[in-house]
Amino acid sequence: MITNNPIADVSVFIPPLAMQLYVIAMLVLVVGETVLDTLHKKSARYFFENAEKSKAHRERELSGGEKVSVALKTAAHDVLASGEFCNSRRRIAHLLTMYGFIIFIIATVILVFGYPAAIGTTPAWVPLLWHLGALMVAIGGYWFWFSIRVDVAAEGYPWYRMVRADLFIVSLLATATFALIWSFFQWVGAGALAVLFFWLFVIASTVLFGSVLWSKFAHMFFKPAAAYQRRVSEADGSRDNLPPPADQPEKFGLGIKRELPRHY
Amino acid sequence: MPTFVYMTRCDGCGHCVDICPSDIMHIDPTYRRAVNIEPNMCWECYSCVKACPMHAIDCRGYADFSPLGHSVRVRREEEKGTISWRIRFRDGRVKDFVSPITTQPWGEKIPKLAELARPSDEDLNSQLLWSEPDALNIDTGLPVMAKEKFKQGVYY
Repeated sequence: MITNNPIADVSVFIPPLAMQLYVIAMLVLVVGETVLDTLHKKSARYFFENAEKSKAHRERELSGGEKVSVALKTAAHDVLASGEFCNSRRRIAHLLTMYGFIIFIIATVILVFGYPAAIGTTPAWVPLLWHLGALMVAIGGYWFWFSIRVDVAAEGYPWYRMVRADLFIVSLLATATFALIWSFFQWVGAGALAVLFFWLFVIASTVLFGSVLWSKFAHMFFKPAAAYQRRVSEADGSRDNLPPPADQPEKFGLGIKRELPRHY
Repeated sequence: MPTFVYMTRCDGCGHCVDICPSDIMHIDPTYRRAVNIEPNMCWECYSCVKACPMHAIDCRGYADFSPLGHSVRVRREEEKGTISWRIRFRDGRVKDFVSPITTQPWGEKIPKLAELARPSDEDLNSQLLWSEPDALNIDTGLPVMAKEKFKQGVYY
């Protein structure tokens, strides 16, 4: 199953060109809605105004090289390693979901544009990556949904309560889950069920990429900007008005270990 | 001064939700970030401010006594056991304070009350609180003020 190209079998009833146009349409939706989201929420304006406000409290000016260094640190720690999370379980779940999603998207694009037709052979590593990506999203996503999600862990709500903030994770999980089930039914030769789950997969992915304006999808664009600004403010001394780190050992306390917020 | 959350700093971990004694720190259903749902009911205990690992919670002063551009921020460093405050006044002055966290581990300095013997009826009816006067370091008992020393004009 995991080395079987699910796209190739679909090409029997959907022309490869239609699949390629669908992928391009989803890309256009994500880019367009992200720009609209930024304009609507005035996120870019907020970041620029915040940077202007912090100018008065700077202790020193950062050189161009230092800003590049801060950007690299942000990319390496906050973006690529999800270093923002204070909870290691959330960090692992986020890494699984994030890299799973990236692998899944790249493998889908390679399959749709490189090996869309049933004729010819697909290198085994591409469908393998496609399945691995979907599986990683499912593992990280379901772990998050049932156990780590703050609504369940700290607020004490049941796992089946859904709000608008769940639109992104639900559509992402549905996309990955339906993709795996569709591939499974295709592999065992259950034609009708395979077609059913293929269309469910298409609906879920359309909701995922078409709901950027209303979902948390755009967090992958503005969170790195927020992390960069936070690191710049630490480096130039403005620190968003935060006090400097304590440097008087005579005033240090016993040191404490934070408990996880799971008391419901 | 009730508290509010910087959405760009909050990572939605739930520490403030967990610790708020007033149960007014909750998770926003649209953005899954913390929000003070009822600032009027905030006790201003700053538990959430100090518990936040992202330094995402700030204090908003009431407009009648702290208007325009002041800021109160806090940095909590668990490994050093310190709470640092920075107060920025609206005229630009800045004051920094560092205090040790004096929370003691459970079971060492803070007794596990469930493991102690039940107080007697006499203890329960006493005006002294539990562990008094020992906990006040007063060997001779609580101080007593003679009635004639009370402020003149005040009757009891």
